[in-house]
Amino acid sequence: MSTSSTPSAKPMAEMAAEFGLKPAEYDVVLKRLGREPNLVELGVFSVMWSEHCSYKSSKNQLKKFPIDGPRVICGPGENAGVIDIGDGDAIIFKMESHNHPSYIEPYQGAATGVGGIMRDVFTMGARPIALLNALRFGDPSHPKTKRLVDGVVAGIAGYGNCVGVPTVAGETNFHKGYNGNILVNAMCVGLAKADSIFYSAAPGPGLAVVYFGSKTGRDGIHGATMSSAEFSEDSEEKRPTVQVGDPFAEKLLIEATLELMATGAVAAIQDMGAAGLTSSSVEMAGKGGVGIELNMDMVPQRETGMSAYEMMLSESQERMLAVLKPGREQDGHAIFEKWGLDAAVIGYTTDTGRLVLKHHGETVCDVPLAPLFDDAPLYDRPWVQPALQPRLDPAAVPAPTNWNEAVLKIIGCPDMASKRWLWEQYDRHVMADTLEDSATGCDAGIVRIHGTGKAIAVTSDCTPRYVQADPYEGGKQAVAEAWRNLTAAGALPIAITDNLNFGSPEKPETMGQIVRATDGMAEACRALDFPVVSGNVSLYNETNGVAIPPTPTVGGVGLLEDYDLRTGFGNVAEGDTLVLVGETRGELGASIYLREILGREDGAPPPVDLALERKTGDFVRGLISSGLVAGVHDLSDGGLLVAAADVALASKIGVTLNATSQTHAHAYLLGEDQARYLIATPDPDAVLEAAKEAGVHANVAGVAGGEAFASDGLFSVSLDALRAAHEAWLPGYMSAPKA
Amino acid sequence: MKAAVIVFPGSNCDRDCKVAIERSAGARVEMVWHQETALPDDLDLIVLPGGFSYGDYLRCGAMAAQSPVMKEVVSAAGKGVAVVGICNGFQVLTEVGLLPGALLRNAGLKYVCKPVELDIVNGQTRFTAGYGEQRQAVMTVGNGEGNYFADEETLDRLEGEGQVVFRYKENPNGSARDIAGIVNKGGNVLGLMPHPDRAFDADLGSEDGAVLFRSIFQSA
Repeated sequence: MSTSSTPSAKPMAEMAAEFGLKPAEYDVVLKRLGREPNLVELGVFSVMWSEHCSYKSSKNQLKKFPIDGPRVICGPGENAGVIDIGDGDAIIFKMESHNHPSYIEPYQGAATGVGGIMRDVFTMGARPIALLNALRFGDPSHPKTKRLVDGVVAGIAGYGNCVGVPTVAGETNFHKGYNGNILVNAMCVGLAKADSIFYSAAPGPGLAVVYFGSKTGRDGIHGATMSSAEFSEDSEEKRPTVQVGDPFAEKLLIEATLELMATGAVAAIQDMGAAGLTSSSVEMAGKGGVGIELNMDMVPQRETGMSAYEMMLSESQERMLAVLKPGREQDGHAIFEKWGLDAAVIGYTTDTGRLVLKHHGETVCDVPLAPLFDDAPLYDRPWVQPALQPRLDPAAVPAPTNWNEAVLKIIGCPDMASKRWLWEQYDRHVMADTLEDSATGCDAGIVRIHGTGKAIAVTSDCTPRYVQADPYEGGKQAVAEAWRNLTAAGALPIAITDNLNFGSPEKPETMGQIVRATDGMAEACRALDFPVVSGNVSLYNETNGVAIPPTPTVGGVGLLEDYDLRTGFGNVAEGDTLVLVGETRGELGASIYLREILGREDGAPPPVDLALERKTGDFVRGLISSGLVAGVHDLSDGGLLVAAADVALASKIGVTLNATSQTHAHAYLLGEDQARYLIATPDPDAVLEAAKEAGVHANVAGVAGGEAFASDGLFSVSLDALRAAHEAWLPGYMSAPKA
Repeated sequence: MKAAVIVFPGSNCDRDCKVAIERSAGARVEMVWHQETALPDDLDLIVLPGGFSYGDYLRCGAMAAQSPVMKEVVSAAGKGVAVVGICNGFQVLTEVGLLPGALLRNAGLKYVCKPVELDIVNGQTRFTAGYGEQRQAVMTVGNGEGNYFADEETLDRLEGEGQVVFRYKENPNGSARDIAGIVNKGGNVLGLMPHPDRAFDADLGSEDGAVLFRSIFQSA
């Protein structure tokens, strides 16, 4: 056994600590090996047992999620989740974070986040057909925010546009809680044949292991470990651990991978993502119950003199590892040559159950695979019940003193303002199947299933201020809002992926947020038949000991059997009546109004009644298919007022709301009660009658027409002024001279 | 009726072009890999699709212009076969010299993806005859280097000889004289930044691109 692969003067126990292994975890390594590991072996253990790869703090919480359903083909545990959409087609999707890299190096961090999530999807045999992103930045006045927005958006655009996958939807928030730790969550949705899904488990010993894609360099070494640690002032020194992306290479890799799969030669396949060659080889062999032996001399290398340690821990991008069927080693040759990709047989599966690495004729790593999985640490971390806030009585919350000003301020505040500046940088139309995207008035992005009359609807949702105020209700709300958005678009919600972004699980308060938010999400998923099929956990989102607002992002996918039945709110016409479906109590706690106009962030968030949510949503979906509606928009941030303003802006038509009969008009207009939809219809009597029959509350809320956005006796602003306020903030902010 | 879509490594609108031509004009479409040294026989149309050929490394379209198949495309263009370069394809056409000028970085320095309204400046070309009385079209642009540039003399000549085919009503990228698309002197090579291949049915927001493809085969 060589220990000379990378010289280290320090004692191994000290190195283990630097690699992020706790003393107790390192003791297990010593016990399982019966000796001290060398540096390569220590690297393997430390990345496999990192939070990022092992889910050691979150696994017990993730177990709560429902993961099965009639349409689920593959739930969590593989590279991405797979659902059946009928006619032999499957949708494969997942969301993943690239938070730490994006903060350190925004362009490359975000770009490689997009690249990584696409690989997770095409690794399973799907052609990526849609991208989404959920971004959370710090306070706009923070000196770093503008540069981060600029870099992250350019990185997402630079990668996704080049690969040629439309970015159709997303969300962007700003809050000081993300000043030192932004969130970049990217989601990819792909289309595959249901009988041609590829998995990662190597099916037996003696099979060739083929590496293809870009060469391995020294970039991103130990990235998975970095992303499992807290930030501090000197985090920027970690810039060299951020990977560099090449979307052109990714495009070639997609085509080559799909062509290779079509030959029938692939027995198992895995992309090299976090922890690169280590996690891909360990997972393929481990899941298959076999061993694996790799000859590091065969690994295509970008630089000379790379050690086995560097190669195993590198996170160079755009690389794949495939186990080929017997006798099919040459099948890939012509394909890799056509696409100009590096490729090599770098080893074989074995029957030893061990990971063995050879380099320059020496064995540089020889460890049993089972402990990497079976003995991976699993923590039931101590947690405390989050402190909750009292519900705000609408009567105790002051109304705006100047309604016109308040309307314009709300519609133009950073969270509510148009994000045109960023989504116009994303190619939303490539592949020529985009029906609805960020630019159109629709609650979800909608892309056609190529060549059919079907489509999928996609959305990304989380309201961090709710989760902060009450993790349980906020967790429920994130799921419910995704379900509601898909419903409002006319789709049947099918399943979700989730991206759990939290602070350090080692703090009982943060762990309490994780426990309660996932409790809420699990309950909502069950109540709405909306299983979790994939996901990603990003913990340690802290800087100098301060955690981000808890942000469990939900990526939802729904199905439209007939895309002609999709709905939005961009075609509301003169004279259409606006009907508010759902019950309004005037929940102003943790609302946009409270924060933007009153400068307060207190109060309980709106509670989520899941039975009501389901009943209301099912009613709305039925209404859409009955053809009675001219438009549908869900109510969320900013309540009825913002939803109606969205209708006015998207449909280019005035809207007059009627709030005069309300006891507390401000709570009625700006409360953020859940399970509500705004419906535009030429036939309000029929809609109200249908609601009555279904036992769903509905009331006439206003009418479309004219040139003003108004509510009798309260406010009236011209459509032009409303649009100007909505469109002004982000481009103005981005073009202002640097502070 | 037969068309070829050239596929470079990094092309990403090749399928879009194929589908658009099939749906719009009912033509047969063959995909031709960039390393081919011969084109299929009896082509009525050759399309250079959008995307990021060779990753846009060096300069957009510069490396694609050196691909083996481009010799054949230039030769076919010389024989009068219709050639359309869309987006990255337009960049390739300027790099290979079939069209004058160059596409520079957008004036706003950002990639721009949005629907644009176009004036059909010359409705007499084989690409635009099908628009008939229609003087306007809507398509989307999606590019980072769509800012058309040529010297004043060339621009005057293009305008004078009816080679400016499409003009932006609202210029999204700083293009000289709002130019969105031009033809060569012979009238058989069209380059344009907006995507007719993303505007071939109403569900995509516009059918105006379909008219362009139909025109080509009607005049063939």
